[in-house]
Amino acid sequence: MFDNFPLWPVRASAGAGNIDALYIFLVALSALMCVAIFTMILVFATMYRRRRGVEAEQIEGSSALEITWSIIPLGIFMVIFLWGAVIYFHERTPPQGASEVYVVGKQWMWKLQHEEGAREINELHVPVGRDVKLIMTSQDVIHSFYIPAFRIKQDVLPGRYSTAWFRATRPGVYHLFCSQYCGTMHSGMIGQVVVMEPAQYQAWLSGGGTTGSLAASGESLFQQLGCPTCHRSDTQGRGPILAGIFGKPVQLEDGRTVIADENYIRESILSPSAKIVSGFRPIMPVFQGLLGEEQLNALVAYIKSLSLAPAGAAGKTSLTPAGTSSQNLKE
Amino acid sequence: MLSDSPIAVEQHGPELLHHFVDAEQQRDAASLGMWLFLATEVMFFGGMFCAYLIYRYWYYNEFAAGSRSLDIWLGTINTAVLICSSLTVALGVRAAQMGKRKLLVILLLLTIVFGFAFLGIKGIEWYDKYKEHHIPGNSFNVDDLIKDYPQIHIDPRHEQIYFSLYFAMTGLHALHMIIGVGIFMFLTYYAWKGRYTPKYYTPVEMGGLYWHFVDIVWIYLFPLLYLIDRKPLR
Amino acid sequence: MATAAITTERENYLNKEYGIRSWLLTTDHKRIALLYLASITFFFFIGGFFALLIRLELLTPAGDLVQADTYNKLFSMHGQVMIFFFLIPSIPAVLGNFLVPLMIGAKDLAFPRINLLSWYLYIIAGTIYLHCIVTGGVDTGWTFYTPFSTAFSNTRVIEAGISIFIAGFSSILTGLNFVVTIHRMRAPGMTWSRLPLFIWAMYATSIIQLLGTPVLAITLLLVVFERAFNLGIFDPTRGGDPLLFQHLFWFYSHPAVYIMILPAMAVESEVVACFTRKRIFGYNFVAMSSIAIAVFGFLVWAHHMFVAGISLYSALVFSILSYLVAVPSAIKVFNWTATMYKGSISFTTPMLYAFGFIGLFTMGGLTGLFLACLGIDVHVHDTYFVIAHFHYIMVGGAVMGYLGGLHFWWPKISGRMYPEAWGRLAALLVFVGFNLTFFPQFILGYMGMPRRYWQYPPEFQVLNVLSTAGSTILAIGYVLPMVYFLWSMRYGKIASDNPWGAAGLEWKTTSPPPTFNFDEEPEVTWEAYNYEQIPAPAEVNVER
Repeated sequence: MFDNFPLWPVRASAGAGNIDALYIFLVALSALMCVAIFTMILVFATMYRRRRGVEAEQIEGSSALEITWSIIPLGIFMVIFLWGAVIYFHERTPPQGASEVYVVGKQWMWKLQHEEGAREINELHVPVGRDVKLIMTSQDVIHSFYIPAFRIKQDVLPGRYSTAWFRATRPGVYHLFCSQYCGTMHSGMIGQVVVMEPAQYQAWLSGGGTTGSLAASGESLFQQLGCPTCHRSDTQGRGPILAGIFGKPVQLEDGRTVIADENYIRESILSPSAKIVSGFRPIMPVFQGLLGEEQLNALVAYIKSLSLAPAGAAGKTSLTPAGTSSQNLKE
Repeated sequence: MLSDSPIAVEQHGPELLHHFVDAEQQRDAASLGMWLFLATEVMFFGGMFCAYLIYRYWYYNEFAAGSRSLDIWLGTINTAVLICSSLTVALGVRAAQMGKRKLLVILLLLTIVFGFAFLGIKGIEWYDKYKEHHIPGNSFNVDDLIKDYPQIHIDPRHEQIYFSLYFAMTGLHALHMIIGVGIFMFLTYYAWKGRYTPKYYTPVEMGGLYWHFVDIVWIYLFPLLYLIDRKPLR
Repeated sequence: MATAAITTERENYLNKEYGIRSWLLTTDHKRIALLYLASITFFFFIGGFFALLIRLELLTPAGDLVQADTYNKLFSMHGQVMIFFFLIPSIPAVLGNFLVPLMIGAKDLAFPRINLLSWYLYIIAGTIYLHCIVTGGVDTGWTFYTPFSTAFSNTRVIEAGISIFIAGFSSILTGLNFVVTIHRMRAPGMTWSRLPLFIWAMYATSIIQLLGTPVLAITLLLVVFERAFNLGIFDPTRGGDPLLFQHLFWFYSHPAVYIMILPAMAVESEVVACFTRKRIFGYNFVAMSSIAIAVFGFLVWAHHMFVAGISLYSALVFSILSYLVAVPSAIKVFNWTATMYKGSISFTTPMLYAFGFIGLFTMGGLTGLFLACLGIDVHVHDTYFVIAHFHYIMVGGAVMGYLGGLHFWWPKISGRMYPEAWGRLAALLVFVGFNLTFFPQFILGYMGMPRRYWQYPPEFQVLNVLSTAGSTILAIGYVLPMVYFLWSMRYGKIASDNPWGAAGLEWKTTSPPPTFNFDEEPEVTWEAYNYEQIPAPAEVNVER
C-alpha cells in the first residue's frame, strides 16, 4: 500500500484481499480500544490525581457495567471468529479441478513437481488465474510452506500429505519461505513464486525439456516396480483394481470404510498392511524405504489420473495417462 | 514487641510444627497437600495414557499381539501382590490410629516385602522381554510375534511403539514403587522408634495415600497392557 | 561509607541469623524468596544476553555475526532460559513466596521445607542447563518439536530436557505450597472474600502450575527417552505421530503463559488499589476472572496448531474457545481502569509500571485476537507477529508487573526505600525501549518475515534496525534497577512499616518483617482494600 513503508505484502492471490480486510478491521478495532482505554486512563490520571484534602470515593462496582463490558466484547469476538472461520474454511477447501503441484520439503530446499512434468527447486511457476493445489510432504522434519503475498501457509509433515491452494491474481515474483523451524538453514530454505501470464506460462512449460507428465513418469514407475502383476485391470488380480478408486470410498476388511485420498494411496504403498481392502489378502510388498518422496508423488499422480474424466476439467491441460489401455476410460 | 519466637516455650513434637496454629491445621494441610500431589501424578501418568490410547486405536493389532506376549500369570500375581500390600497399608494406618506400635511395624514391613516382591516379578518380566528381543532399540525384533500370529498383520515399527509405551509406563510405575518402598522404610524406622501415636500418625496416613495411588495406577496398567485381547486364538 | 544511623535495629528475618548456612538451609519463606530473587536475576541476564546477540545479528539481513547453528541455539536458549528459569518462577517464587503468608496472616507457608526443596530443584535444574549451554547448547527452538528434536538435532537435547523436567517440579511444588497455604492457613476472619486479589490470582496460577506442569514433564521425558533409547513414539518413519508431541507440549505450554501473566495481574491489582487509594472496582469479577482464566486456559492449546495439520473442525473449536478466554482478561483491564475513576492517584514508580502494564497488556491482548482468528493466523503464524504478541504480554505485561511489584514491596522486603527518581527513569526507559523493540515486529510479521530466521530478505532491515535500537534502551532500563536496588540495601532511606499507606496485612508488620511475620496472630475484621480507614501517607515520594 504505502510504497516506501509497506504495512502488508502485495496482494497477489484471490484470497488476500479478504484477509487484509479482516486485518484492517482488527487493526482499527484495536486502535479504537487502545485510544478509548488510554484516553480514559489519561483523563482519570489527570482529573483524579492526588490532591490534599480530596479523598478517593470507594465504589464497590457495578454489575450492569460488568455485564455490559463482558457481553459487548464477546459479541464482537464472535463476529471476528465467524469472519475468520469463513476465510479459513475457504482456504482449507481446494476447489474441484485445481491443477496440482506436488511439493517435497527437505532440509533445506523445496522440490516441486508439476503435473505436466516440470520440476523445480525452490521456485514455483504458476499462471495467473488458475486454481493451484499443493500436495506437500516432507522427507525429514516438519517444514512449512509460506507465501506471504498469497497469505497462505501450511505445515509440511513427514509421513503424510498436507494440502494448500491458491489462485494467483497478479503477475510478479513473490517470496516463498519455510516457516517452521527445521534446523541449520531454516532461514535459507526460501525461494520464489513466479506468477506469469498464461501464454508465458505455456512457453515456460514447453521451454524446459520435460520428460512427460508427472502421471506418465508415475506410470512407467508403476510398470517398473511390477505393480500390474497384482493390480490388473480386470478382477483376476491379487490386488484391487486401481482405476477409478481415487476419491471414492473403499471398504476395508475390518469393516471400516475410508476415502481413497492421496494419504490413503501413499500409505497403501508404504505400509500396505495398515488398511487391507475387503476381500483381498495382505500380500502386497512393503515399499517403505525403497521409494523416494518424488517417486511416491509420481505414483500417486498416476493412480489419480486413472480416475480422470476423459474430457478433463476446465482450466487444466488435458491429460491422457500415457500408455493406459483405453478400456479404463469409458468414452 | 520484640519477636522472641513465642512458640519456643511450648513443648510439642512433630505433630505441631511452629508455623501451624494447631495440630488439626497441620493435619489438614498435610492431607490437602498429599491429595494435590496425587492430582499432579494423575496428570503426569495421564500424558502417557493419552499417547497409549491414541496408538492403541490406530495400531490395535500390534497392541494386541504385544499384550499377548506378556506373561498374564506374572501380571496377575503382581496385581494380587499390590492389592495385598494396599491391605497391609490400610491396616497399618489403623494400627497407628490405635497406638499398636508393634503391629504397625509388622504391617509396614509386610508392605515393603510386597513392594519388593512386585519389583522382583517386574524385573523377571523385563528380563523375559530382554531375552525375547522385545526391548525397543537396536536389537528389537518381533519376528516371533509375526510368526505366532500369521492371521493378523504386524508392522514391527508399530509393535515397537507398543513396547516403548509398555516400558515407559511400567518403568515409571516401578520408579514410583521404588520411591514408595523408600518412604515406607523411613516410616518403618520411625514407627519402630515410637514416633507415631494416635495423636500423630499423619506421615503413615500420607504415605499410605501415596502407596494406594501407585497401586491404582497399576490397576489401570494391568488391563491396558496385559488384557487387550486374551481371547483364545482361532 | 556512612550508613543510615540506626540506634537500635529490631530483629527481623534478615538480621536474625547471619552466615551462609543460615541462608542455604533456611525454611523461612522470606529468605527463600530472596534466594530465588538472586537466582532468577542471574538467569534473566543470561537470557537477556542471548537476546542482545540475537538483536545484534538481526541488524543486517545477512548472517554475519554468528553462524547459523549458533543463532539457532541463541533463540532456543533465550526462550528456554527466559520462560523456565525466569518468567515462570519470577513473581510466584519471589513475590508470592514472600507475600502469600504475610497477606493471609500466616507465619509461613504450609510446607517450608518443601519450599526450600523447590529452590534446590530450581538450582539443580539451572546448573544442568548452564552445563548444557557451555557444552554446546540446544537448537530445537524452545518448543522441542519432533522429529527434529528427537531424530535430527545434534545438540544437547537430552540435557536440556532433563533440566527443564526438574525445573518443572520446582514449579509444581511451589504451586502445591500456595494452594494448601491459602486453603488452610488464613488468619481468623480472613474469609475468601476478604483476600487481596493478589492471593486470588496466585491461587489461580498455582492451580495451573499443579495440573499443567506434569504434562510437560512427561512429554519432555518421552522426548528424552526417544532420543536416548532410539524409540519411535514421535517418529513418523516408524508410525509415530509428530502431532501427538505438539498436542502434549501445548497442553502445558498454553496454560504456562497464564502462569506467567496471572501473577503480574496479581501485582497490578495491589498497586492500582494503593495508588488510587481505592478498593478495586468489581472485586468479585476480578477474583472470578482469575479463576476463569485458569480454567479456560486449559481448553485452548491447539490454537498454536491451526496450520499444523489438525482438522478443520478442531480448528473451529479451538478458535472459538480462544475468544472465550480473552473475555476475563478484558474484564480485568476494564475494572482496573474503572478503579481510577474518582480515585486519588499518585505517580510513584510502581504506579508507573502499573500504567505501563495496562497499556502494553491491552495491546498484547488485542493482538491475541488477531492470532485466535483463523483467517489471520494462517498468514501470521510463525512470523514476527507472534513474537511481538507474546513479548507484549510477557515482557510488557509480566516483566513490568514483576518490576512494579519489586518496587512496591521493596521497602517491606529490605526495610529500605529505592531512589524514586531513578525508579521512574528506569520505568520510562523500559516502556519506551520496549515499544521501540517490539512494535516494529508486528509490522515485520504481517509483512511476512518468519521467526527463527538467522538471515532475512533486505526489505525487512529498517524495521529490524529499529527493533535492535529499542532493545539497547530496554537493556539499560533493566540494568538500572539491579544497580539501585543493591545500592538501596546499604544507602537507601530507612522505610517505615507502611510507607505507601497501603492496605493489606503485610503492611501491618514491620519493614522488614520478623521471622515469624507477626508479633501476634492477626484477626481480620475488615474487608480488603479498606482505604477509607487508612490515612494517606504525608508524602508518598520519600526520596530527597
